[in-house]
Amino acid sequence: MHIMEGFLPLPHALAWTAASAPALLWGTVKLKQRLAAAPQERMLLGVATAFAFVLSALKLPSLTGSSSHPTGVGLGALLFGPLAMVPVAFVVLTFQALLLAHGGLTTLGANLFSMGIAGPGIAYLAFRLLRRLGLAPAVFAAAALGNLTTYVVTALQLALAFPDATGGVFAAFIKFAGIFALTQVPLALVEGMLTVVIVNALQRFNAEELRLLPLGQARESN
Amino acid sequence: MKRQNLLLICLAALLVALPLYLVPAPEAGAGGEAGEAFAGTDSQAQAAIAALAPDYTPWFAPLFEPPGGEVETLLFALQAALGAGFIGFWLGGALMRERLRRDTQAANTQGPRRAD
Repeated sequence: MHIMEGFLPLPHALAWTAASAPALLWGTVKLKQRLAAAPQERMLLGVATAFAFVLSALKLPSLTGSSSHPTGVGLGALLFGPLAMVPVAFVVLTFQALLLAHGGLTTLGANLFSMGIAGPGIAYLAFRLLRRLGLAPAVFAAAALGNLTTYVVTALQLALAFPDATGGVFAAFIKFAGIFALTQVPLALVEGMLTVVIVNALQRFNAEELRLLPLGQARESN
Repeated sequence: MKRQNLLLICLAALLVALPLYLVPAPEAGAGGEAGEAFAGTDSQAQAAIAALAPDYTPWFAPLFEPPGGEVETLLFALQAALGAGFIGFWLGGALMRERLRRDTQAANTQGPRRAD
């Protein structure tokens, strides 16, 4: 989902940066307040961040014959709410932009929007809606959908920047979605499965802390 | 829970491994050299951009690019190692905490009985 450095025209790069910056600022402030109020949650945030680090470092082969990354941010969105994942995704994306030439500084805003805002947002929403199906199915669907959303948004971002000469934005979107979203389907399933695994582990070892988080609260309200 | 996790990990591994057998090797490129198997979607998107907007030239270049694929692999491995290291640290701590809790509980319930 990394839009390469310099591959968004300047107005698009600026617009996506403007869209992401407030969320990053707000997410960082909220996360700081939260950790100040509940320092025991630091370990869980570390696990969520570490999970995103591992998964987004893995380029997995897909049935379409190409490979792509999971994002790993769904877990944190379920634990801390979607906004908390904006700074986490920002750290991951900055690391990859500066050291790996994956993504870039000019496209950081757009990439942060897809991986740090849209993906976690949909993951959180899906979890809320599907919670009644049981914890594991809801976590699975939320993480998988969040992953897929990130790539659909990337395809949309590229389609808006590079509309097809005859078919316009829609034709370009179909083209980019064909590259990103299709490849992503099996990888989204993998991310869903691995997220369930780690949620199972968190439930066993950190049940007390989980009770205060969205993941546990949803359980009580149902 | 343990069985569910084991099943999920196996399924995930299967989903990642299956394409290696099911996807045929890519056709040779125009120059006769073998095409890259499992190319990244990021670079495929780059090619699609070149097809949609042939006149577009990237206006900013990465400040630092890993010199060669090996260094890139190193940095990706480093990123994964940092994450996996922390998860291992948490898991080890959590397991130990649970064991200690169980031990103290066992000691507490045994203690008074012995005093009877």
